[in-house]
Parts: sequence; structure tokens; C-alpha cells
Amino acid sequence: MGQRIDINHLNIYYGNFLAVEDVNMHIDANKVTAFIGPSGCGKSTVLRTLDRMHEITPGAHCTGEVLLEGQNLYAKDVDPVAVRRDVGMVFQRPNPFPTMSIRENVLAGARLNNRKIAKSDADDLVEWALRGANLWNEVKDRLDNPGIGLSGGQQQRLCIARAVAVHPSVLLMDEPCSALDPISTLAVEDLINELKRDYTIVIVTHNMQQAARIADYTAFFNLKAVGQPGHLEYFADTTTMFSNPQNEEAERYISGRFG
Amino acid sequence: MSTPRKTAEDDGSIAYAPVIDWDKFKPSRSSLAARKRKDGLMHALIILAFIVALIPLISVLWTTLVKGAQRFNWDFLSHNMTNVIGGQQTASGGYGGILHAIIGTLEITLGAMVISIPIGLLCAVYLVEYSGDGKLAKTIRLLVDVMSGIPSIVAGLFAFSVFTIIGGPGTANGFEGSVALSLLMIPTVVKTSEEMLKIVPNDLREASLALGVTKQRTITKVVLRTSLPGIVSGVILAIARVIGETAPLLLTAGYIVSTNMNLFSGQMTTLPVYVYQEYSKFRAYCPEDAGASCVAAIPMQRAWSAALMLIVIVLILNLIGRIVAKIFSVETKR
Repeated sequence: MGQRIDINHLNIYYGNFLAVEDVNMHIDANKVTAFIGPSGCGKSTVLRTLDRMHEITPGAHCTGEVLLEGQNLYAKDVDPVAVRRDVGMVFQRPNPFPTMSIRENVLAGARLNNRKIAKSDADDLVEWALRGANLWNEVKDRLDNPGIGLSGGQQQRLCIARAVAVHPSVLLMDEPCSALDPISTLAVEDLINELKRDYTIVIVTHNMQQAARIADYTAFFNLKAVGQPGHLEYFADTTTMFSNPQNEEAERYISGRFG
Repeated sequence: MSTPRKTAEDDGSIAYAPVIDWDKFKPSRSSLAARKRKDGLMHALIILAFIVALIPLISVLWTTLVKGAQRFNWDFLSHNMTNVIGGQQTASGGYGGILHAIIGTLEITLGAMVISIPIGLLCAVYLVEYSGDGKLAKTIRLLVDVMSGIPSIVAGLFAFSVFTIIGGPGTANGFEGSVALSLLMIPTVVKTSEEMLKIVPNDLREASLALGVTKQRTITKVVLRTSLPGIVSGVILAIARVIGETAPLLLTAGYIVSTNMNLFSGQMTTLPVYVYQEYSKFRAYCPEDAGASCVAAIPMQRAWSAALMLIVIVLILNLIGRIVAKIFSVETKR
């Protein structure tokens, strides 16, 4: 099942530079929430704080709270590695491990953590994850071929399969379709629609039609000027956001009269 | 020719853009010809430079092959230099051999690998994955650069002094040679491994970390695994660089005529040292009553054959490295 996320007074820094200022947001369980906004406004940065990937960048840190089902991810005794098992992530560019086959890629989360798995369990997990990512029928006959031999769209669905194989409760997606053609994009969007039954999904996108198509809620991020911190400008359910936004900046951005 | 374009200045007056005679900007026929000549000249120069660079390589290979093949046979490879008297034939019908030197070269180089690969690789992992380009990393990089410029004889002297302190004056064994060689190997291993780790895309590290994999497992299972082919070729290069060293081994491993299998005790001969020793003998003694079976020129012939063997070993190492790199390479075929 998906879990809800509450963000309270989140300030995100790169070194001394305040990149995103005072984000407060509630992300519903088993819903798709889209982050939109101009480049450099910090959507991806906010997304990366939700699974503690942000702090991998040297000097990057944040203050405030991110509560996953009431549990603060940034509490002192929380292990970031454990957080990342609970909150999966799919990246902009498909990034299957080039040294691994399709099967090994799906099993990477379990295998790399040194867990011994019986072959039958592994087979079940591979099939479950690949079926969940709508990829099973396309690759079931060549599971031992290298994962990077697939097409871009298939690679991205393989990455989604790899992420769900760890059995997270939240899936973060950082522009998952921006490197894909329209047909692959459609496949991934259909998949997102199915995945929200089991996961809470947060997706960053530059494509507003995409946000309108798949998201239940939409958050509009903005920044006052280049060099200024980004902030959450407006948060609403998607219908309101795109048909009747109660925020001038958001309305200007959505209708293309921005800047 | 176009008509001049009218534009309004800031103060409202009318100005004309300059009229351009485009023919002036066309390359003239003479400049085109000059360009062609220059192109031809540079082409010839580059080919010439290539040939000049190839001459010594082919000459060395050819001379070693021709002169080395003369005494390069199974008897030469399977015997050492015990019971060899002057230029006379030994009981086995040969003229002595290099078995002890082959064993010495392989063992001492293996010892150097065992020391320098872990140190060099861990150093590279620290530099790329952990240091964050801090002060310590800059210092290490500087020291590695300095270290790669150390003359090999100095490395030999270092190992010699260390083992003199530990084992008393006159200590000479194979492992001492390994230590000297590892000093020369480590900088190469660090530098090539660092380059190889750097070109592993950050995407893969993030992909692994995002799956909830620890940093240590990410490095061993994803980063090192992906860069393995490159690291193997780097290590092979480093080995090829030290396997032909003579000076530090003369100081440290010494020189004997019999086979010594123990790396940690007693002197050991390596192929380059053997070549040097045979070369410095120049001619062997043949008594007057010795028949045609006594060859006075045998030391030089042995030196060439041993040199050929050294080249063969380096070639085999290269081949092994290529095969390993191929097996672990990142496959892209569908």
C-alpha cells in the first residue's frame, strides 16, 4: 500500500545556497502528485529530499521535516539506506546497470544487498515486477540478455520494475518520460495509472499535458528570479490547477503567458 | 550586390549599413591552392612521424626475434645455469637456460601485483568515491604524481634500505624485489584506476543508492564491476612497465644461477637481470682442445633468447588482460 507524505517547513541547501524555501505540502497516499514549474525552481531537488538522495551531492543538506506516514525521514536515528528501500526512485534517463541482464537488473535491489534468494523466489519476483511494469510479455523470452539492449521506453519500464522489486510504498519519478518517444511515454503513463493502486506516486514533469493526464494533485513551484530560492507557489487538485487556478502566477504559467 | 539598407539611428537620423563586396570574402584560388599544399605537407609529415616512431619498434622486435630464435628451444627454457662451464655443452646437450629467471620474473612480478593492486585500487576508490576532492585527496594526487617520477634505481635503493634495517646488511630476496617494483607500480595503478572509476556514469551510482543499496555495496558491485575491464588493462600496463626493470632488482633480488622457488628467502634471478649478466660476460671461455660443440659466443646468444622470452611473457600478459577485459566488458548487443 502507498503511504502519505507530509512536508513541513522544508528548506533545502546546496552548501550555503538556499535552493528551495519553506515547502509545506501534503501528499496523499495512493494518488499521483505532479510537480510542475520552470527550470531551476527546485522541483527535482524537492523530489530528491523525499528519499534522501539529495544529501548525496557533496555539501547538500536540508532542514525541516519530511514525514512518511508520520515518521520523520530526517530524524537522527533514521538510516538513509532504509529510507531508500521504502521510497523508490525512477530517474530522467533510463539507467539499467550495463553489466547486468534484464533479470539481474530486476533483482539488483535484493542481490546487491547481499541477500541470498532461492532461484524459484527470484523467478517469481522477476515475473511479478516485470508484469507490474507491463514489460513481462516483451522480455520474458530474453531475460538473460543485457538490460541496455532494450529500447529507451523498455529500459525505463525495466527501471520501474527494478524500483518496485524492492517493494517500496512510494515511487518518485524525476521526469521519467522526457527521454522517451510518445508511444513509450503512453506506455509509461498507463503504467503510472495502474501503479497508483499500490504506491503513492510523485512525478516531476515539464509536460503540463502529462500532469493533466495522470496527476490527481499538482504542485506548482516557482522562483522569483534566477539566483533566488525556489518555493512552492500553488498546490491544488489537478482539475482546479488546470481549469480554474486560484493563483495568478500558476495561471500565467499554465496558459503559457509566463515571464 | 545588394542595395544599402536604411536604418533609423537613435537620434532619428537616417543611416545606411555599409555596403559589402562579398567577393572579397571568398577564398581566392591561390589561397585554396596553398591550403591544399599545406594539407598535403602535413599529411606527409604525420605519416613520416608515424614511420619514424615505428622504426625502432620493428627493429627491436625483428632483431630480438632473429637473434633470440637461435637458442630458443625447450632445453633453454627448462634448464637453469647450474653446471654450465664456459661455452661447453652441458649434460642435457644444451648450453644452460633461463628456467630460474622465468620463475623469478613471474614470482617477483606476482609479489609486486599482490602489494600494489590492493593499495592502488583502494587509493583510487578513496579519491573518486570518498574524498570529495578535499585537501587529503589533493595531497595524495600530488604524491602519486611525484611517485610516478621516481627513478627505478631509487625505488630499488629504498627497498634495499628497508630490508637492510629489517633483515640486516646484505639481505637479498625475491620479495625485496617485489617491494621495489610495487613502488613503481602503485602510481600507475592509482592513476589508471582513478580515470576508470571517474568515467562510470553517476546515474549508475544513483540508481543503486536509490534501490536502498549501501555505499559500500554500490562501489563493489556496481562501480568497480562496471569499470573492471578498464582497471584490468591499466594493471596490465603497470605490469608491463615493471616486468622489464633491471636496476632495482640487481640491488634487491640479486643474481644466482640455480632455481630458487622461495620468494621470501635467498636470491632470485629475473629475466632482465639475466640478460644483463649474460651480456656483461660477452664471451665464454673455450679450452683449445674443445671441439665445435664449445660455443664462445653463447652468452650473447643466451641474452637475446632471454630477451625474446621476456617479450613473449609481456605479450601473453597482454593477451590474458584482453581476454579478461572481453569477458567482463559491458555488452551492448541485443
